[in-house]
Amino acid sequence: MTLLEIDGLRVAFPGRGFRAAPNEVLHGVSLSVAPGETLGLVGESGSGKTTIGRAVLGLVKPSGGAIRFEGREIGGLQGRARRGLSDDIQVVFQDPYSSLNPSLTIGDTLSEPLIIQGATRRDARARVRTLLDQVGLPSDAVERLPREFSGGQRQRVAIARALGPRPKLIVCDEPVSALDLTTQALVMDLLVDIQRQTGVAYLFVSHDLTVIRHISHRVAVLYRGDLVETGAAVDVTSKPEHPYTRTLLLAAPVADPAEQRRRRDERRATASAGVDR
Amino acid sequence: MAQPESERPLTRRIEPVTKSVTAPSTSSIAVARANGGATPRTPLWKKLLRDPQAVVTTGILVVIFALGLLTPLIAPHGPNESVLSMVNAPPGTPGYPLGADESGRDIFSRLLHSINTAAISAILGTGVALIVGITAGLIGGYFGRATRATTEWIFSLIMTFPGLLLLIILMPVTGGDYRATMLIFGVLLAPGIYRIVRNLVLGVKNELYVDAARVSGVGTLRILGRHVLTVVRGPIIIAAAFMVGSTIAVQSGLAFLGVGSLEIPSFGAMISSGFRNLYIAPTQFLWPSLLLGLITASLVLLGNSLRDAFEGSKPKPSKVGAGQRVAEIDAETLAVPPAVLLGVRGLAIAYPTPSGDLIEVVKGVDLDIARGEVLGLVGESGSGKSQTAFATLGVLPNEAVITGGSILFEGRELIGLSDAQMRPLRGKAIAYIPQEPMSNLDPSYRVGSQLVEGVRSALGISKKEAKSRVLALLERCGIADPARTFDSYPHQISGGMAQRVLIAGAVASRPKLLIADEPTTALDVTVQAEILDLLRDLQSELDMAVLIVTHNFGVVADLCDRIAVMRQGRIVETGLAAQIFGDPQHEYTRTLLGAILDESSYRTDPPVTAPTQGGQA
Repeated sequence: MTLLEIDGLRVAFPGRGFRAAPNEVLHGVSLSVAPGETLGLVGESGSGKTTIGRAVLGLVKPSGGAIRFEGREIGGLQGRARRGLSDDIQVVFQDPYSSLNPSLTIGDTLSEPLIIQGATRRDARARVRTLLDQVGLPSDAVERLPREFSGGQRQRVAIARALGPRPKLIVCDEPVSALDLTTQALVMDLLVDIQRQTGVAYLFVSHDLTVIRHISHRVAVLYRGDLVETGAAVDVTSKPEHPYTRTLLLAAPVADPAEQRRRRDERRATASAGVDR
Repeated sequence: MAQPESERPLTRRIEPVTKSVTAPSTSSIAVARANGGATPRTPLWKKLLRDPQAVVTTGILVVIFALGLLTPLIAPHGPNESVLSMVNAPPGTPGYPLGADESGRDIFSRLLHSINTAAISAILGTGVALIVGITAGLIGGYFGRATRATTEWIFSLIMTFPGLLLLIILMPVTGGDYRATMLIFGVLLAPGIYRIVRNLVLGVKNELYVDAARVSGVGTLRILGRHVLTVVRGPIIIAAAFMVGSTIAVQSGLAFLGVGSLEIPSFGAMISSGFRNLYIAPTQFLWPSLLLGLITASLVLLGNSLRDAFEGSKPKPSKVGAGQRVAEIDAETLAVPPAVLLGVRGLAIAYPTPSGDLIEVVKGVDLDIARGEVLGLVGESGSGKSQTAFATLGVLPNEAVITGGSILFEGRELIGLSDAQMRPLRGKAIAYIPQEPMSNLDPSYRVGSQLVEGVRSALGISKKEAKSRVLALLERCGIADPARTFDSYPHQISGGMAQRVLIAGAVASRPKLLIADEPTTALDVTVQAEILDLLRDLQSELDMAVLIVTHNFGVVADLCDRIAVMRQGRIVETGLAAQIFGDPQHEYTRTLLGAILDESSYRTDPPVTAPTQGGQA
């Protein structure tokens, strides 16, 4: 059974200016996420990968197609009905600096969704302690403000906030892109651990194939609003079928001068052979 | 480049600072974090308590308005109680400490009652302005375009009314009651608050934490109250302090003009009557003027203190053109081999903390770049790698102090040079490529004219020559239609294109050293690969030395001959690229390389098939 099913999703933003034609950024994308699975969504800026995530979260209204969560259409839900989904679908954003309200303490940020769901203050406090422990933060973080934490720590707070209502799906929008290399590895390990423990599914959006490969069971490649390739992570990232996926793979520099030289030559050969991506 | 000044002594004074080029933002962020990150916040009231201006003005206002509240107890007479025998009684008359006015009313008592009139005016006027302005600002800022257009239109309309005139014209409607007048005045003041709130809300509503709250199921009203209003409250409080002053002034002004009921004691009415008696009893006019002046001045000064407390005091202006600030250095010049183009020795850079101490962010960096060599300066955020690069360019932020070391470019000492002395080097012998291409192009000028300007100042050639040169460079830098890009504005080109444009500008003068600060971090991988290709080709073509500052080991592997690994302001390891990647010596280098996600590792564990929903960790 699939947890999330996206079928022919289209999203258009209103054009700039009076009576301007709308600007369609997704041209009918279909994909699915199974319970407990990580689907990696990879693409470059402007490919619409973030928009898919925002549509699933209800932050963007689809102009066509369907988004089904546990078989129920959620694409056009508004207001109270949409808010009812908040204990099932959660989010971790890219920027650990702007995704936490600077004037609320970590405790307030973490307990807000719980209290909205109807938890008592006492239960919320206990749950917040468990969550902080789960993401590897000290429990005295409750009293502190976001600006007292580093980027990686803030991202842990954001993950804790997402875990709060025990969701079935977390949309991760480039959660490690803003982090240093060593922090990035730690946060990804944390995400994998949490998934193993709780069985939460991730829709993991990233521009970085290496990150995607490390965390995803399956990978979907987006290019300018269309899905060009989807399949098991091993297949897509080692023997890509679509030329664009191949370009993407060869473009990422590897941390090995000899291997990088080989890859660079291969990429330049491919490019000069006139292979259209 | 000549090196006439290479023998000058290295001991220097602290000089006032400046830089002519804006240093990119990452540095200041890193420093802000380093300085203020760990310190717990100071509550607002504590900041205010430390500000003598705030303490004194608040004290004055509290005393004055407390007197107002105590009026029924301490005023010897009613506000309109007139005694014929006391007309224009001089100050000091028993029972009339400040004398009496033209109608024989006690000036002291009337002053006390006037305080209450002023307070009520302030509460009504400011209250209405705040309620109307904040509500409309939240609605207009948070909701869709149509709502915003409507509120915008209404408030623009309100702003077109001539305030004072309208209040006078509406006298028949208000029946001369100053309270009704102040309610109307509050509406007229509301657009100011509306504008502040709307603009702040527009900025805040796209913040990710507002999105996160929506995803968490938080309702619109609660988001507005909890996430949006908390952020906008500071500027509102500041504006309110100023508005209280202006409502009191307007109420007094109207009363001075004689508009409204003459029964109401107010500063304006008292000043007016004092004016009429100026030649008979000159002091009558003095008391209300003094008190009114004291109140409004205190409010304005308090508003300024509040602004400082909320927004931090304004940075001190500094002298332009003096070069980077250098602390006294007694450095022994370390020998730099002649093959070295850029030799950095023991470079130390510090930033002042709020308490005035200096914190070193770069703690003695040694670097050598040979002619035509590509050096990668690698490190994580906050390691000081960008600071090192900026010091070489002479564009450290104003507050930065170079506390030690030397930077020799072709044997010439760069530390301590003024901007004027740096200018012949910057952009010519030493060029720079930034991390954010877009923010380094001026949005209001065409791309071409910006490049021509730079090329002309660097090479001193004619406009026409410069243009043909720029077009050739753009083509060389892989821009398909150079003429079209030349005539474009920065917003019309993509990020990758903008970076090509900046590279074209940087290499125009055939620099000997190119400093690239994370040149591809903001770009897509496919564009990054193209930009790296371009840099590599240009480097070998022009045989320039390149200093690449980056955190990406892939970029380093692609481009660099040598690598310097930086951590917490120190270089921990330097070596040939193959050495560092193949056989890293330092523990930290190994950690960094180990953190790189392996190319060949995939996620192997299957999805958890039976999700333990709601399961505890």
